[in-house]
Amino acid sequence: MQESDLQAYRDKLKCSFPQIEECFEDYIQDCLRNLSNDGIENYLSGASLICMIGRGWEPVMIYLEEMPEMANRLGEPILEIVSKAVWDMSRTPNGKAIPPFMQCLPEASRRLGTLEQMQHFLDILFEMMETTTTSVHGHHKTHSSQGFPELLKQIPFLLNQLSLEGLKNWIEYGTRNYLSHPERQKDYFSLQSADSKAMLQRERHGTLYMDNERKLDMYLRSMWEDESYFVPYSLGFDEMRKPVPYYDHLGIRVPDVYDDLNGVSGLDRYRITIAHIAAHRKWTTPIIADNFSPFQRLAIEHLEDSRVEYLMLKEYPGLRKHLLALHPKPVEGDCNTETESCVRHRLAMLSRAILDENHGYKNKHILEFTAKFHDALKADDSSTKAMADIAILFTARTRLQSDQSPNIRFENTVVDYRDDNRHMWIFIEEGDEEEAFEDKRETKPQEVDIDGLPPRHYAEWDYNTSTFKPDWVSLYESIHPSAEAKDIDAILDKHKSLAKQLKAILDRLKPQQFVRVRYQEEGSELDLDVAIRSLIDYKCGAQPDPRINMSHKHDGRDIAVMLLLDLSASLNDIPAGSDQTILQLSQEAVSLLSWTIEQLGDKFAIAGFHSDTRHNVRYYHIKGYSEQFDDTVKARLSAMEAGFSTRMGTAIRHASHYLENQNADKKLLLILTDGEPSDIDVDDEQYLIHDTKKAVDEVSSKGMYSYCISLDKKADDYIQDIFGKSGYTVIDNVEKLPEKLPLLFTALTS
Amino acid sequence: MTDIDIDIEQYKVTEEPFYEAQDDEVALYAAAYEARLPVMIKGPTGCGKSRFIEHMAWKLGKPLITVACNEDMTASDLVGRYLLDADGTRWLDGPLTIAARIGAICYLDEIVEARQDTTVVIHPLTDHRRQLPLDKKGELIDAHEDFQLVISYNPGYQSLMKDLKQSTKQRFTGLDFDYPDSKTESEIIEKETGANAEISDKLVKIAHTARNLKGHGLDEGISTRLLVYAATLINKGIEPKAACRMALVRPITDDKDIRSTLDHSIESIFG
Repeated sequence: MQESDLQAYRDKLKCSFPQIEECFEDYIQDCLRNLSNDGIENYLSGASLICMIGRGWEPVMIYLEEMPEMANRLGEPILEIVSKAVWDMSRTPNGKAIPPFMQCLPEASRRLGTLEQMQHFLDILFEMMETTTTSVHGHHKTHSSQGFPELLKQIPFLLNQLSLEGLKNWIEYGTRNYLSHPERQKDYFSLQSADSKAMLQRERHGTLYMDNERKLDMYLRSMWEDESYFVPYSLGFDEMRKPVPYYDHLGIRVPDVYDDLNGVSGLDRYRITIAHIAAHRKWTTPIIADNFSPFQRLAIEHLEDSRVEYLMLKEYPGLRKHLLALHPKPVEGDCNTETESCVRHRLAMLSRAILDENHGYKNKHILEFTAKFHDALKADDSSTKAMADIAILFTARTRLQSDQSPNIRFENTVVDYRDDNRHMWIFIEEGDEEEAFEDKRETKPQEVDIDGLPPRHYAEWDYNTSTFKPDWVSLYESIHPSAEAKDIDAILDKHKSLAKQLKAILDRLKPQQFVRVRYQEEGSELDLDVAIRSLIDYKCGAQPDPRINMSHKHDGRDIAVMLLLDLSASLNDIPAGSDQTILQLSQEAVSLLSWTIEQLGDKFAIAGFHSDTRHNVRYYHIKGYSEQFDDTVKARLSAMEAGFSTRMGTAIRHASHYLENQNADKKLLLILTDGEPSDIDVDDEQYLIHDTKKAVDEVSSKGMYSYCISLDKKADDYIQDIFGKSGYTVIDNVEKLPEKLPLLFTALTS
Repeated sequence: MTDIDIDIEQYKVTEEPFYEAQDDEVALYAAAYEARLPVMIKGPTGCGKSRFIEHMAWKLGKPLITVACNEDMTASDLVGRYLLDADGTRWLDGPLTIAARIGAICYLDEIVEARQDTTVVIHPLTDHRRQLPLDKKGELIDAHEDFQLVISYNPGYQSLMKDLKQSTKQRFTGLDFDYPDSKTESEIIEKETGANAEISDKLVKIAHTARNLKGHGLDEGISTRLLVYAATLINKGIEPKAACRMALVRPITDDKDIRSTLDHSIESIFG
């Protein structure tokens, strides 16, 4: 290139950092190869713009260096889009994020591949930046986004794991939940917090292990008559060395996600992996490793893998097409024996040749040993030992000087559904260093705390995004503390007259075991009275009544009830015109109700709950299904105390899982509350209301009924949204509660 | 009205029903019949219980009266009832009564499906008395000397509620049935349908994958009967995989995961 031409270009770039001079000619050469004339114009003016923002030479250099190639890949409009974007960023408090922004672009463009996708990507990024840039006073945004630079650093990784859609969801989740908490925001976007990892996991592309656990369990059980635990491991966080499947006495380790590959669906890839492992478990007998060299071991492993697959295909020939699709096809002669170690390449070829009749390999060793392998398996299942013999012969026959080379050819040799074969070796000596100095350190198992159960985690519904927040709430359950049972007896005594009225109602409700149904056209027995009457009619020439049979039917009550009590702090209020707190009134009501239900003989449990942020929802068992309404239960009931907030959705989910396991025709979840769902870590009033509604929907979708008794006079605003039109009652006159509750129950269940 | 006008021939088994013995059940049953002991046959659905009884009735040359029991069945459905006709009422014998009169083998299939109070009516027939009182009619029948009572049930899937009373159980001798071993089962399919050995073997393999799931989402595995259906469909020229899906998978489960697993096993086995 002429000196003058170069100078002409240099003049158009209005930027005087000395670092540029050195490489400018290379940049221009690159441009001339990749860009049109207009493109070069845009490129230089874009670089000038970036130079003007005053963030030093680095952003300019990245721009100059990367943009030609990027423009070639995505089209020239990207030049202007990027320079404009950088300029816009420099007008916000987020100037610091410009260098990482520039750095993530090349990788992003490689991943996304089209201008349209790239535009989407930038939109997502800028929306995130906008929302997280905050102001303390007034309209001007003054504080830079905390999460944005962190996010930019993670972009290459994130794009590797997520689709653009998934990325968007992941980012939105972070901005929404950590908008007002800069430190947490940072943790989230730098992938430090558990939340962020869980969310990432959910948004990943491919077939998740989680979604198919049951299917895989059944697969192992039905087709392999085998049973084991599956332990998923994550492929997402180990970049250097990818973990591979394996099994030991603790279970079968499988990746947490499989993408579709070569036309094999993710689910089928799981099945193939499990089939391979199950085949090992069925047919492989461990052999002693100590006498084999590493190369020999590698060869033995390959042949043993081939053997179990051969046996597997004999049983399930339909799997062959999947194996053919997944097994790499090493190209003969691809590995240069002068410069590389071809051990793996050779073995992969052998393995392919065994699997695939149409392998087309010409190498005489491969052909010979393929034949040997098939000979060995012709008669019976052969054995691991026999494979070892063939493998040793193969290693000896094909050994090359270059095998020792550190430059091993891995390409096209990795069979990713195969496990690491750790199970097939018995090591007699622990290691090469005979005087292993360090004795195994004995660690005492930690004392297990048996006081409480481990927390249960429940997802919570976020109506803003219509998604569940995974494992968002932690619930701790325990048995309610006890006090004096006689207090409850006193209450029952106090309401003796009421109890008498109730008893009268109850007697009508009690199930009559056998009921005769008369006047049936078809039935189990002839109803003689009616039959004779009909016969007389018939003889008289009148139309006889054909309904001359009768049958019996059972009329039993088969109801399971769960009473869930809101024990939040507001229960300590004393309602106007009363001298008792709501808590005391509830206590009376619940005592009477329990007595009522006990009389009826229905299955019945009581539990209370309150919450102190999402990390601490307490769930107390007051009466279990297997307990009678006796002194222990009464003692717990009398100890009822109120405190904290009302995270109702989680409590409903937990209560319903107990109710669900009851064996009854009708299952009823009764909720007694004095206010709307709320908690101190939630600002949005609607949020917990929507979550509770979702929980109630879940309950009814499992075939249970839910019914809410609210003591909140203002409940009409929200309660119908949660429980539906006929799923609730508001009791205005709280003092009437002890009387109303049992009546309500009998009305509901008769 | 009486035993004169009952056509015994209609209850005779005229052609030999195909039955492949799994064990010594034929000899055991023959001995029990010799002594007129009541027999109870247990086993999963479709493993050949009914076919066995038919076969034995044919072999012994006795008439066979089969009653499929159900929840709505009452004692009168077994014993008989009064019907109305132009002249008033008329008594009609139930199947149990007929069998007792003519000396047939009375086979109550899936007896636990009937209510417990119904099954009590068979008690007097099953002990030393061998009598059947018709209390509504005021008649006491002494059972014919060839009469024998056989019941069958499937202990697998019924609920706790549906079990025989101890007093009923203890009146019977018992035979346990299960699905035949792979080789026998495959032969049964071949002989029953004329399918070739390869297809039969594969069908049996599929059945085994499903039977492994029993108790893990499946109440019952794929029965021999269903395998015979599948083989029949294949013989009709249906593509084997489609035939298996239709005959083996769809009938036994609505569970998505199980379906997917079984469909995959069919794919894997038929290739």
